[in-house]
Amino acid sequence: MPELRSIAEKVRSKNAGPFWITVDIFCGTDTAFTRIRDGLDTARVAEALDCPGQTLKRFDIPDLHVVKISIPRPQVQGTAADRDMHGAALANILAEIDLP
Amino acid sequence: MTRILVPSGALGLGWDQEALERGIANRPDLIAIDGGSTDSGPSYLGRGVSKYARSTTKAEWAALMDAAHRAGCPLVIGTAGTCGAGPAVDWLTDITHEVLAETGRTARVAILKSDQPAGRIADAMAMGRITPLPAAPEIDADTVTSCAHIVALAGIEQVNAALATGADIVIAGRTTDTAIIAALPIARGIDPGLAWHAAKIGECGALCASNPQSGVLQIDFEDDAFTLTPLADGAQATPHTVSAHMLYENSDPFLLYEPGGALDVTHARYTALDDTRVRVTGPVWRPSPDYTVKLEGARVAGYQTILLALLRDPRYVAKAQGWADDIIARATAKARDRTGRDDFSIEIRLIGRNATLGALEHRTGDPVEVGALGIVTAPTPELASEIGKLLNPYLLHHPLTREEEQPTFAFPFSPAEIDRGAIYEFCLHHVMTLDDPMEVFTLEVIDA
Repeated sequence: MPELRSIAEKVRSKNAGPFWITVDIFCGTDTAFTRIRDGLDTARVAEALDCPGQTLKRFDIPDLHVVKISIPRPQVQGTAADRDMHGAALANILAEIDLP
Repeated sequence: MTRILVPSGALGLGWDQEALERGIANRPDLIAIDGGSTDSGPSYLGRGVSKYARSTTKAEWAALMDAAHRAGCPLVIGTAGTCGAGPAVDWLTDITHEVLAETGRTARVAILKSDQPAGRIADAMAMGRITPLPAAPEIDADTVTSCAHIVALAGIEQVNAALATGADIVIAGRTTDTAIIAALPIARGIDPGLAWHAAKIGECGALCASNPQSGVLQIDFEDDAFTLTPLADGAQATPHTVSAHMLYENSDPFLLYEPGGALDVTHARYTALDDTRVRVTGPVWRPSPDYTVKLEGARVAGYQTILLALLRDPRYVAKAQGWADDIIARATAKARDRTGRDDFSIEIRLIGRNATLGALEHRTGDPVEVGALGIVTAPTPELASEIGKLLNPYLLHHPLTREEEQPTFAFPFSPAEIDRGAIYEFCLHHVMTLDDPMEVFTLEVIDA
């Protein structure tokens, strides 16, 4: 059960405006892309991010070997409850998901 | 052919000077630079200020004014002063006057403002001309009137109106990041799909290439394609780096909504011309039936006082969560008793445990030390400060058990309380429908 981080080339996250956050998983190769695309269950991702599944957007982009996940920000950027102004750390949650 | 030179991802981030000189020698038709975005948080829009140092901004702006003068082309900045609100635009305008006075030059300066009075937005709401975007908060007339600043994001029409004044320098308030690059090509008849796509790829300068901090990017438009050329030595754009940039800060990598329509890059093709240049074809502009502009607003969401204590004793490090929970309960009860108020919150984030991710953190570990970041949020700065002082002795001395000798923890600062002042929140994620793109923007021309 390897972590996604050990298979992907890079996982990054960033605000997509103050109300959304987006995670880009750069898989690097066809093999890694196929493995991550097929192994990364969207319902598990939603659960790990504590995001209602119907609001999560997922893009599997074979040309770039990228899986992209966008969700409404759990806390709107900059509110008292927000801990991460640029949304930089959320990537780690997906990077640490175990793949089958 | 239309050539746009983008010196850097934002004014304040710098660029490779040799690359900028190449860009000037290549005779661009316009130099475009972004002045900000929402990315640094709501405080800048709330206060109407820039995040970058004035000295850095002035030095870089003076260099770009000189570059545009030597290139013989206009210079355009969008979202001036980080947030693009009126006071931040005025701040950059003052800097512009200073630079002109110091260099003995004159220039025609067009100032485009994007500020929106609350009454206008409330009226538009009542007329059904305000529409929420996905994940927008609920708003009412009170939300709008509580905003310290509201801005609308200008598109190409407003930037072109500013350029049409014959301005040497355009200082724009809030615009979309892309509009300042897309405007001139579209005014010259370039296909809007190509113009907006190039603008999205180029808005961060050389971030779409290797050696991203070199900044300088040249964009050349033809009738059916655009070409991206990073100008620094060793900076290379490839089909991968360029197409991957559509992912950046974008919730949907194929669709980008702009005033008046949407850019669809589903069928765009990226071709390497050589080791450094990429040619792009195939993006499509899909005009929308209504012309809308996005709104941003920020309002005060309370006042904060914060404290930081450091736990190094292994027993306290191991039991930090229980220790913090006990402090919050006791300090909250005491603060209610002492102040007679209950409209405040006390939070302690444990740095080394889960301060970054909070409830989403799934890892545990055995840190050397734990930082206890106390955060008091209250409706007035006085109350936040008062409760911060009340929290101080707990963070300094609170024991895990009544029986043990009183512990003392490390405070890095005196005073321990840091009054942060007002905190702000973004409270609009909506678009406003307009009949005429210029109806909510103002344009002023100064021969300075």
